Amino acid sequence: MRFSRTSKALGVAAIIALAVTGCGGGGGSNNNSSAAADPNKVISAYSNEPQNPLLPANTNEVYGGRVVELLFEGLRAYDSDGKPVNALADSIETTDSQNWTIKVKSGAKFTNGEAITAKTFVDSWNFAALSTNLQNNGFFFESIEGYADVSAVNETTGADGKKTSTPAPTAQTMSGLAAKDDQTITVKLSQPEADWSLRLGYSAFYPLPSEALKDPKKFGENPIGNGPYKFEKEGAWVHDQSISLVKNPDYSGPRAAKNGGVTFKFYTDPGPAYTDLQADNLDVTDVVPSNALKTYTTDFPDRNSTRPNANNSTLNIPGYNPNFQGEAGTLRRQALSHAINREEITKVIFNGTRTPATEFTAPVLDGYNDSIPGSDVLKFDVQKAKDLWAQAEKIKPYDGSKPLLIASNTDGGNKEWIDAVANGFKNNLGIQAEIQPFAKFAEVLDLRKSQSLPGLTRAGWQGDYPSLYNFLGPVWATNASSNYEKYSNPEFDKLLKEGLAAKTPEDANKKFNQAQEVLFKDLPGLPLWYRATPIVWSNNVVSAETGWNGGIRYFDIEAK
Amino acid sequence: MVRFIFRRLLQVIPVFLGTTLLVYYMVFALPGDPIAALFGERQPPQSVIDALRAQYNLDQPFWVQYGLFLKNLFTFNLGVDFTQQPIAAALARAFPVTAMLAIEALIIQAVFGIAFGVFAGLKKGKLFDSTVLVVSLLVIAVPTFVLGFVFQLIFGVQLGWAKPTVGANADWGNLILPAVVLGLVSFAYVLRLTRASVSENMNADYVRTATAKGLSRPRVVIAHILRNSLIPVVTYLGANLGGLMGGAIVTEGIFNVPGVGNKLFQAIQRSEGPTIVAIVSVLVLVFVITNLLVDLLYAWLDPRIRYDQ
Repeated sequence: MRFSRTSKALGVAAIIALAVTGCGGGGGSNNNSSAAADPNKVISAYSNEPQNPLLPANTNEVYGGRVVELLFEGLRAYDSDGKPVNALADSIETTDSQNWTIKVKSGAKFTNGEAITAKTFVDSWNFAALSTNLQNNGFFFESIEGYADVSAVNETTGADGKKTSTPAPTAQTMSGLAAKDDQTITVKLSQPEADWSLRLGYSAFYPLPSEALKDPKKFGENPIGNGPYKFEKEGAWVHDQSISLVKNPDYSGPRAAKNGGVTFKFYTDPGPAYTDLQADNLDVTDVVPSNALKTYTTDFPDRNSTRPNANNSTLNIPGYNPNFQGEAGTLRRQALSHAINREEITKVIFNGTRTPATEFTAPVLDGYNDSIPGSDVLKFDVQKAKDLWAQAEKIKPYDGSKPLLIASNTDGGNKEWIDAVANGFKNNLGIQAEIQPFAKFAEVLDLRKSQSLPGLTRAGWQGDYPSLYNFLGPVWATNASSNYEKYSNPEFDKLLKEGLAAKTPEDANKKFNQAQEVLFKDLPGLPLWYRATPIVWSNNVVSAETGWNGGIRYFDIEAK
Repeated sequence: MVRFIFRRLLQVIPVFLGTTLLVYYMVFALPGDPIAALFGERQPPQSVIDALRAQYNLDQPFWVQYGLFLKNLFTFNLGVDFTQQPIAAALARAFPVTAMLAIEALIIQAVFGIAFGVFAGLKKGKLFDSTVLVVSLLVIAVPTFVLGFVFQLIFGVQLGWAKPTVGANADWGNLILPAVVLGLVSFAYVLRLTRASVSENMNADYVRTATAKGLSRPRVVIAHILRNSLIPVVTYLGANLGGLMGGAIVTEGIFNVPGVGNKLFQAIQRSEGPTIVAIVSVLVLVFVITNLLVDLLYAWLDPRIRYDQ
């Protein structure tokens, strides 16, 4: 008897819990949008502890990046569509895409009163590029003449055969970089690069005050910048808890703050942040926890946005895998691509927060083309997949002794879509396929770097600056820094180079898209989808929006 | 007495060395380069990675790494974590918060657990007793994270009685909600232990004697029944304090409490050996000291117990 009473009580408790969760979003939906915007109110935003001292040259992860972007202003800034507009630059000119002349606006100052001149930029860039300074973003200056000298390293092989590289620069400054006068920077690149000026809005190119160059670590605790915001006070970064920024009253650039400040609250998990938003205890988050992806539009009616950004995912097929070499290999790569139902996976598993890929870059970029010759291979077509596979079998039989493995870390919720892709391979091609799970991203990366993955691997790219080249060069060019599968095709490299040397961005993009045709022939990786970043905001702000790179444009948020 | 304490403290040394060695080795054995993992798809120049590996002694063999760690520990230099922040400072921020949370949870479970337990034990078989039993069974059956989310939604979001998360404002008031969730499961155990112990001691000879002497009912209950019933409860609470300090990962995660659990979780995610071992070392000390205090409490609760033979 007592047993049944207990279970009844359990049932009641469960119903209460369900009812409570069910109306979770309804509570605060009285959207009072008539309230006037308050330009002095401070908003709060989801974030986490930055991984490095807040120095633009060293910050290359999201949580530090979003703060640095608000604290500093570079020669250019990106508008919400990713179009670069001049900020501290008066003009940026070149006649041959190799020699650039940049005029810096006069009168610009850091918040400590230090003037920003051409020399400030030259010193900052030389500091970032010099290998002994160990700055994470040093390689952004690789196109400038003399970078090879300042970034030189000594490679030594230890007793255990492990290679270590230590910085050994042969010059302290880049020979191609000079301040002609207070307002003029001249830059000589080691080869023509038509899209070089596009990257001048990226944080690695921000100017640094002289204090930063003297003691970067100390500076990074209490950075002094020239951007739309500044630190609220000395020690505004409370470690493991928050960073408080306030509006910089002296700022006059394209990114003027529409609120009084931004307080970044740190969360080790996006879940509690989402709950805080439901209680209006936090104003905006750019990470909707995976269990809320199905409900965030109903939890936050009229207070959510999902905008595509410069980001893509691919499924890379290493060239050293004998099953995918030669003519038969190419046919098999095509067959695999045709066997993935991108449309259904993005809809069912990602709830529309991904859109099927049509090429190797991203749709928000200038020059994007959704009908590059060869892109038909991305269409889901079971019959074609089967035919191509059968053709390949005639040339060289598939070694199916081991299942086809798809490597991925599973801590970020990748298992569902990989299972779906593997099932597509199984059902449509009749081969064994399954996920090769790893607890951590680092494990997969180790195997990718050492060329020892037995099967395919998930890969992704987030644009550093809005350019087609940024999605092609670092990822697929021969020996490029993030080309872990060591894809190499001289024709592709040649077209990239021609694109860089083009006179106009339009010509450049044409070449880059021709280079993509080569990728579509070789299929070193299968483009999967583009990501959109869902964000939600509280009743305390009017609205929020993400920029071209998926980051929230905090300065545009109006509080009410 | 002094000799007993001294002997117990001596035991700390092998326990301490053993746990740190074990934990350090487990982190060491994790596959994947933790430094490369900090950067994702876009890796910095190899020289930067190598310099960082050297800074954290990750380029050394295991025994050298562990030796250097011990050497640093005994010179009170815990080094920096992967975000270049001093580990000692991070611990100094996190431990007081977790200690507050643990003490609050301990008080909640001790006060309510013992009070309800005594009443239930005295009125064994009555309505109050059965209700309390069923409710405590329910609390034990529901996992902490479910309780956490439900409480957070009801009291934090729906009713707005408390802030749903703690974040930077970790004070006694803001920590009540997580403390209740954290203490609830142990509260149920304390209640059941007390109830069983009280109802057993109620029929003991000395209770009958005390009642026969004409002592008042409250005095009999408090000085005789309760005091004699507390030994198993105190043992449980003592062992539990260590668990509360270290095992609050789930609760601290749900309520975003910037305490030890959260720090430990983050350090494990990043395979940050030095931070993990530093936290575990302090937790080992907490465990040993609370257990020692519990043993000393026995003598006060039951004078028949002696430490020195």
